Amino acid sequence: MACAPLVAHNLGAMASVVELRGARKRFGQIEAVKGVDLTIGAGEMVALLGPNGAGKTTSISLMLGLRRPTAGEALLFGLHPEDRRARSRCGVMLQESGTTGVLTVAEIVDLFRAYYPSPLPTGRAIALAGLDAKVNARIGTLSGGERQRLYFALAVCGDPEALFLDEPTVGMDVEARRGVLESIRALSKAGKTIVLTTHYLEEADQLAHRIVVIDHGVVIADATPREIKARIPSKRINFSSETALGESTFSGLAVQSLEIRDGRVHLLSNEPEAVLRGLFERGVVVRDLEVTGAALEEAFLSMTRRA
Amino acid sequence: MTTAPAAPLMRMLLAQTRSELLMRWRVPAFSVTNLALPIVFFTFFGLPVAHIVRGGVSIGAYLLASFGAYAVGNVMVYGFGIGVANERGMKIDRLMRASPLPPLVFMLAKVVTALVFSLVALVLLIGFGIVVGGIHQTPVVWATIITRLLAGSLPFIALGFAIGYWSGPNAAPALANLIYLPLSFASGLFVPLNQLPVFIQNLAPYLPSYHYAQLAWSALGAGREPLGVSLVWLGGYTVLFLALAVRSYRREERAKFV
Repeated sequence: MACAPLVAHNLGAMASVVELRGARKRFGQIEAVKGVDLTIGAGEMVALLGPNGAGKTTSISLMLGLRRPTAGEALLFGLHPEDRRARSRCGVMLQESGTTGVLTVAEIVDLFRAYYPSPLPTGRAIALAGLDAKVNARIGTLSGGERQRLYFALAVCGDPEALFLDEPTVGMDVEARRGVLESIRALSKAGKTIVLTTHYLEEADQLAHRIVVIDHGVVIADATPREIKARIPSKRINFSSETALGESTFSGLAVQSLEIRDGRVHLLSNEPEAVLRGLFERGVVVRDLEVTGAALEEAFLSMTRRA
Repeated sequence: MTTAPAAPLMRMLLAQTRSELLMRWRVPAFSVTNLALPIVFFTFFGLPVAHIVRGGVSIGAYLLASFGAYAVGNVMVYGFGIGVANERGMKIDRLMRASPLPPLVFMLAKVVTALVFSLVALVLLIGFGIVVGGIHQTPVVWATIITRLLAGSLPFIALGFAIGYWSGPNAAPALANLIYLPLSFASGLFVPLNQLPVFIQNLAPYLPSYHYAQLAWSALGAGREPLGVSLVWLGGYTVLFLALAVRSYRREERAKFV
């Protein structure tokens, strides 16, 4: 294995980290991913954002070769995703994966280090995950959040070039979450490619340089956090009006989804204050006003409709 | 880039085997059943008759060989059956699949671990027979028994994998017991065959553990068939069990990873 891989390795260095080309994945009757084209280059920090069941985990599984595309193609570092040379450059943290309970934290981190060509020191990997206090604890005694941090340690211990983190902060308390997000940022600054999934817009916004919004198995947006935030309505406004209102009343206002039902108006907007000011200026009498945060699901729904 | 593109396979195998050994050692369901149970059984069934010599064969040594065969098969069927089913239940396979560890190295580490446990089980059992039961054979005979039992354990590794991939973590222990205990009994591993009912004596020559035990019995001059015949039977059973294991493994692959 000494000389042949060197060529492919160099080729791999030039290729993008992730390449999905028209990737589709069908499970029986359900098509979870419906033709995704996505290229992620070295050093990028990308968040796959979408509601539960949108196809984020399936997309990551395709990138990593944990699932084979029904149609289209997936490449990892320019290689087949199951190629050991590609895998050796990736650290992963998956949902719905487990590990033995009877080894200690240090023992299992040591084990995973052996899978990689030039791993980090054990203590360093454990520190990045904030598990220093649990080095010699049996895995079976860890809490849910600590276990999640252990998976993070296993993902980073090989000092891989790319990290794939599927919902990395699920089940963590506020402090653990902040620590792990801090580590992710530091790794990104150090030049690592990071692909993470989340269904929290704030998390994607805090971390990523690029947000890929996935819903119903298709990419509905791929842009910077600033652009995405402008397009994803963050507030829901509901009110009743004495006078009958038509859609024309709202023309020119920053409204992203509008529904008028039984004299009650339901709308989504990023600038609720501006919308209300506009309505007042137009002499609309507003009653029973509610302004609430929009759920990501309904926000995505409005984006998909417009797409 | 100056680093190697992948970690050396030997380093992976050593680390994986070390972890597997630790894991097995720390789970009493494995370590106690694997190492202590054969000695307990031998104490009940073997020690009382250990001093008898019949037809030039020491009954004590014969029963040590029998329980040795039981012990190794036990390590294989239980270790792989329950071990693999548990790991599937805990979804360890998913994380392993995404790691750079090749599946073959993962399995090989399990096989090496099982062989180490089998060797320890045999040394403890035979040592117990020598010290407590006063059973004597030349070191060459003991070494022959140990070597043959380790080398001939392949069908039980395959049977263990078949159980592990076919059943879930809850069903695997029951299934392993239901298959392995009657198999051992009917092959004359607990009680010599000539003391069992005639229909079992007629059935025994079709069972894998019967031919497996012949490997050890024949080392004492108490075999009932030529070594070649035992090996052909064991080879046939290996193919059968491997086919079952591969079928269940493929079914799992399709459901989880395709």
